[in-house]
Amino acid sequence: MKSLIRIFAVMRKEFLQLSRDRLTFGMIVGIPLIQLLMFGYAINTDVRNLSAAYVDESDTHLSRQFIADITASQVIVMKQRVANAFELEQLLNAGSISIGIAIPEDFDRRVLARDRQAAQLLVDGTDPIIVGVAQQLAAMPVRFDSQAKPPHKAAILEVRNYYNPERRSAVNIVPGLVGVILTMTMVLFTAVAIVREKERGNLELLINTPIKTPELMLGKISPYILIGLIQLSLILGLGWYFFQVPIRGSLIHVLAAALVFIAANLSLGLLISTVAATQFQAMQMTFFFFLPSILISGFMFPFDGMPAAAQNVAEFLPLTHFNRLIRGIILRGADITSMLDELLALAIFTVVALTLAILRFSKRLD
Amino acid sequence: MKQIAITANGLTMRFGSLVAVDSVDLEIEKGSIYGFLGPNGSGKSTTIRMLCGLLRPSSGSATVIGMDTKKESELLKQKIGYMTQRFSLYEDLSVKENLQFISEIYAVPRKERKQRVAQLLESFSLTDRAKQRSGTLSGGQKQRLALAAATLHKPEILFLDEPTSAVDPQNRRDFWEVLFELAEQGTTILVSTHYMDEAARCHRLAILDEGVKVADGSPRQLGESISSHVVEIEADDLNSARLCLMKNQEISSITQLGIKLRIMIPKTVSDPLQLVNSTLRGENIEVKAEQVFPDLEDIFVSVTQQRRKEIGA
Repeated sequence: MKSLIRIFAVMRKEFLQLSRDRLTFGMIVGIPLIQLLMFGYAINTDVRNLSAAYVDESDTHLSRQFIADITASQVIVMKQRVANAFELEQLLNAGSISIGIAIPEDFDRRVLARDRQAAQLLVDGTDPIIVGVAQQLAAMPVRFDSQAKPPHKAAILEVRNYYNPERRSAVNIVPGLVGVILTMTMVLFTAVAIVREKERGNLELLINTPIKTPELMLGKISPYILIGLIQLSLILGLGWYFFQVPIRGSLIHVLAAALVFIAANLSLGLLISTVAATQFQAMQMTFFFFLPSILISGFMFPFDGMPAAAQNVAEFLPLTHFNRLIRGIILRGADITSMLDELLALAIFTVVALTLAILRFSKRLD
Repeated sequence: MKQIAITANGLTMRFGSLVAVDSVDLEIEKGSIYGFLGPNGSGKSTTIRMLCGLLRPSSGSATVIGMDTKKESELLKQKIGYMTQRFSLYEDLSVKENLQFISEIYAVPRKERKQRVAQLLESFSLTDRAKQRSGTLSGGQKQRLALAAATLHKPEILFLDEPTSAVDPQNRRDFWEVLFELAEQGTTILVSTHYMDEAARCHRLAILDEGVKVADGSPRQLGESISSHVVEIEADDLNSARLCLMKNQEISSITQLGIKLRIMIPKTVSDPLQLVNSTLRGENIEVKAEQVFPDLEDIFVSVTQQRRKEIGA
C-alpha cells in the first residue's frame, strides 16, 4: 500500500514536470512527426531521376531511338550530350552525373550481330543503390521500329510482389520508424530524466527518504510507457494518412508488441542512467546504442544481407526483434503468436537490463 | 540521565588516499542542537552523510536512535530528516506540490496529508507562496521550504548541512528560532556550519579540521578550555601597535577587527595584559587593553593551530 502511494507520487510528479517542460513535450510529438514526414518522403529505394549524360558516336536512327527509350524510362534525366567518352568520364569524376552512356560508332552493327555488348554504361559505383538501378537499364531492349520485334525470351521466374505490389518505400519505412523513434525517445527520455535528478541534487534528497529503488524506477518510467503509446498511435495514424500504410494485423497485437518493446527500451534507459553522471553522458551513451540500432537492425538494410557477425550483434538489439514483429503484424497481417520467439527475446532483454539497473542503482552516494 | 541520540565510534571515511573523516567519536544528546564547525573540506558533510547512512564508513561505526547506520539505514530513513547543502527539491514544482510529493513519499496517511501540508505552509510562512514555483523563491524562502520538507514526517533527528549559506541575517535568525522550537519539542538537530555566530547558538559543538575532531563541548566549555588568553586593544595607530606586537615571540596571533586588535597569548604567560602593555610601552605606543572571553573564532584558530603544531612537531 505504501509502495503504491510512493509509486503514484513519483508518477504524478513526473507528469507535472513533463507538462511544464515544453521542450520535452514538443519532442514527444515533434520527433515522430518530423521524422515520419522526413523519412517517409525522403527515403526512397526505388530510385528515379538520376543525372546522366551520353556520347553518341554512331548517331543513327537506332541510337537516337535507344537514347529516347532510356530517357522515357524516367530512371535517368539526360543532362547533356558530350563529344567523346573521355568527357563522359570527366563528368562522372566531377560528380555532375551518376550515369554515362557511351554509344560506339558501330552501334547498329553490334546490335544486329548480337555477338557482344552494343554500348557501354558508365556508373558511379560509390553508391550501390545506383549500381542496382544501372543494372535495370542494362536490361533495356532495343526496339527496331522498322523491323519486327526481336524474339522475346520468356523469363524463367515470374516475380510476384506480396504485401507491397506498388513497391512504395514508405510501406517498409513507416513501421520501421515506429521502432526507431521509440528507441530514440524512450531510451533518451528515461536516461535523461533520472540523470537530471542526479545533476540537480534531487536524488540526494530522494535517497534519504524511505522510497525503495524499484518504486522510484517504476514511478519514473511508467509515464513514458504512455508517451510511447502516444507516439505509436501518432506514427501509425500519420503513416496511414500520409502514406497509406495499411495495418493488416490486429491492433491488439501491435499494442502488445509495442508494450514489450517499450519496456525493453525503458529498462535500457534506466541502466544508462545508473552509469551516466551527466545528462550529456546519458545522451552520448544513448547514441552509442542508437546508431547500430538504426543501421543493423534491418530498418535500413535487409537483415539477411548482412554478414553473420553483424547479424549476431543485431540479435542483441531490441529494435531487430521489434522490426520483425511490427512489420510482420502491420504489413503481412501476421499473428503475434507465430513470432513468440521475438517477444521472448525482448522480454529477456528487459529483465536483464532492469535487473542490472536495479542492482547498480544504489541508495547510497558512494 | 540524558538520553543519547547519536553515537559514533572511530568514524572514518577514506576517498582513495584522502582521509576525509578521521576516526571521529561523537555522543549527541537527545533534544539538543549539535553543531559541526569547520572550514570547507573539513569533513562536515561527509560525517553527516555517514550518519544518515548515505555513505558507508571506511571504518568505525555509528548508532542513530539505537539503529546501526550500516545495517538499518532503510529503517532509519523513516526517522530522520535531511536538509542538503544545495536546494534539492524540484524547482519546476510549486511550493505546495513539493510538499505534497514529499508527504506521499513518506506515505503520510491520505487524510492527514492535506492538513500536514497546510500546517507546514502556515508555520513556515509560505502560505501565500504555495502556488509559486520553488525555483523562483528567494534564498530564505527556499531554505524554509527545504526545512518544511525535511520536518514533514516529524523526524526524531534532523540533519542540516550548511542550511544558511545563502540566507540573509534576518532570515537566519528566524530560521534558528524554528530550530530551537523543534529542539524543545524533542527533535535532535545536527547542523554543520562555517559561521561562528551560528555555531555559538548550538548547545554543543564539535570543531572539525581536515577530517579530525579537534575539540568539542559547549561554546562556554570550549572557551575555557583553550590554551590561549585573548586580549583586545584599542589604539590610535593600530598599525604600528601591530608591527610592534608581532616582534614579540610569545604572542601567537594578531587579528584586526575594525578599530581593535585581537591578540592571542598562550596560557603559559601568567599576566597577558602586562605582557601586551610592556611590549607596547617599549615603543611608546599608548593603547587601551582589556582581557576578553574567547569567542568561537579564537577557539577555532587556537585549536587548529595547536593541532598543526602537533603534527608539525
